[in-house]
Amino acid sequence: MDLFKDVITGICFFIGSLSIIIGACGLIKFPDVFSRIHAAGMIDTGGTAFFLLGMVVQTGWTLITVKLLLIGVFIFFTSPVSSHVTANLARQKKMIPIGRKIGKLL
Amino acid sequence: MYLAALIACAISGILILVRAILGKTTFDRILAVNTLGTIIVIGISLHGFYMGRPEFLDIAIVYALINFIGTIAVLKLFSTGSLGEVKK
Repeated sequence: MDLFKDVITGICFFIGSLSIIIGACGLIKFPDVFSRIHAAGMIDTGGTAFFLLGMVVQTGWTLITVKLLLIGVFIFFTSPVSSHVTANLARQKKMIPIGRKIGKLL
Repeated sequence: MYLAALIACAISGILILVRAILGKTTFDRILAVNTLGTIIVIGISLHGFYMGRPEFLDIAIVYALINFIGTIAVLKLFSTGSLGEVKK
C-alpha cells in the first residue's frame, strides 16, 4: 500500500513539474502580455493542482490535508481574479494584442 | 521524489525571474512576480514535506494571502496613482 501511494505521488509530481516548467518556458517565449497570462494560468492551475494532489495522497486524512485543500481552493479562486485584473488594466492602458486584426474588434 | 520536485520548482523560478528582470512593460513584471509567488508557495510546502515537518503549510497559506493582496495593491497603485486614501 505504501508503494502504491508513492507511485501515485510520483506520477502527480512528474505531471506538476512538467506543467510548471512548460509554463515558465512559455512565460519567456510568448510575445505579449495577453499571451503570457495564458502561460501563468498554466502554472497556477496545472502545477498547483497536481503538486497538492500528490501531497494529499501522501498524508491521508489528517489536519494537514485540510490545510493543503485550503491552499488549493484559495489559489484556485484568486488566480483568475488577478489574471483578469491584469488583462483588464493592460487593455485600459491601450495595449493592443499581437495577432490578426478581426474587423473593428481590436 | 520531493527533492526532484524542488529542483523543478527552482528551475521554473529562475526562468520566471528572468522574465521579471527583462520584461518590457510593467504588466509583464507584475505577472511574473505573481507567478513567482505561486511557485514559492508550492516550494514552501514541498520543503516542509522534504524535511519531515509539514507544519510549514501555515507559512504557505499566509504567503498565498499576502501574494494576492500585494498583486492587487500594486495594480491599483499603478492604475490610479494612489492606494485609496480618503479625500478631505
